Amino acid sequence: MIAIIDYGVGNLFSVEKAFAALGTEARLTSNPSEILHASKIVLPGVGAFGDCMKNLQESGLIPALLKAVSGNTPLLGICVGLQILFDGSEESPGINGLGLLAGTVRKIHAPGLKVPHMGWNSLEISQPRREHDLFQGLSERPFTYFVHSYHAVPKENEIITATCEYGERITAAVAKGNIQATQFHPEKSGDVGLHILKNFVTS
Amino acid sequence: MYTKRIIPCLDVKDGRVVKGTQFVGLRDAGDPVELAKRYDEERADELVFLDITASSDNRDTIVQVARDCASEVFIPFTIGGGIRSQQDIQKMLRAGADKISLNTAAIKEPELIQEGAEKFGRQCIVLAVDAKRSGEGWEVYINGGRTPTGLDCITWIKRAVSLGAGEILLTSMDADGTKDGYDIALTRTVSEAVDVPVIASGGAGKLEHFYEVLAEGNADAVLAASVFHYGTFSIHQVKTYLSSRGLEVRF
Repeated sequence: MIAIIDYGVGNLFSVEKAFAALGTEARLTSNPSEILHASKIVLPGVGAFGDCMKNLQESGLIPALLKAVSGNTPLLGICVGLQILFDGSEESPGINGLGLLAGTVRKIHAPGLKVPHMGWNSLEISQPRREHDLFQGLSERPFTYFVHSYHAVPKENEIITATCEYGERITAAVAKGNIQATQFHPEKSGDVGLHILKNFVTS
Repeated sequence: MYTKRIIPCLDVKDGRVVKGTQFVGLRDAGDPVELAKRYDEERADELVFLDITASSDNRDTIVQVARDCASEVFIPFTIGGGIRSQQDIQKMLRAGADKISLNTAAIKEPELIQEGAEKFGRQCIVLAVDAKRSGEGWEVYINGGRTPTGLDCITWIKRAVSLGAGEILLTSMDADGTKDGYDIALTRTVSEAVDVPVIASGGAGKLEHFYEVLAEGNADAVLAASVFHYGTFSIHQVKTYLSSRGLEVRF
């Protein structure tokens, strides 16, 4: 069973239904034991970095999440769920992220463009594609749906698996070990998004 | 590449789509989910459902539409029409809508924008504005375009954005229904006045019209209803045309 961590932020309905559309059982949960025993974990996130971290802390789920990830359970972070994997964010100074990935989250610098970056943008997938990455089987530059004002700047460049162009190079996806994450919303990215989720399920 | 968005608008009454009969092979042309799926297959970038249900008894039918759509169609969609309170906003978002649009209720109670943006994030609060030429500027109308407010369109939109509106759905009442093209001057004026995306609405009749409002009117997205519902063009035709004129679109 895939556990979608429910810590009171955002609209998780579409995430759950997207897995259901793939014929995969994925359940919203705020139960530490379900997270520890899940085959895979999805960490969603919407809103401000600080609010997400505060809610996650208050949910009491962080120890179970960290334990599962250190025990090699595959994790997929989505949107702010990607950002909080890092050390911290310009959006919420003084608030620590989960620190599972080294680096920080910065405001998008796109002179002349509107922020938030909202809409469809094409991915540039890092080469070489890795054997089990989320983008297997997709076209060269697939379109995905973004809604965000901040993006991750990893300390190690090589964990970036996809970028997009929006005034500057935006980190669109990262992967390290059993951790994968997307800045875009696969559950809102049509057939491309479902394909990415399917790759996560079958990887 | 970041793309311009093409958005079909579906009018929904008592849980049923009231236009959109042109599609061949639909089992049920009034089924919102079936139409939404068809538009998704045609590469619509987002969808807008506008609830025109008159009876308050049937108000919750649109919640079920949101839930059904979010269960089967995985592109972003907005619900508008009849949203009057934080509870209404929350209900729609919980049912799977990505955004809600406020029109009359935002004029009557601007705090709705602010509270909604603070609670749910400004990206999901769309301000819908019906504007009509008045002297040198444009006046805002409410109640489905029946009631003039005396408010200047640009002043109102700037205020709404400062309160937290994350996107503007701008309908030109002068252009709406004419098929003579979008209101370029209105769209450009609004787009230059605020730093949030502007969706232009009203007046689409030819392929050129989409290009003009996106390129010259500076719109981020275009909304259309009848040209798509009655099959004047497919979404794909519009995108092919825009692409041939050098605009970035998603295929």
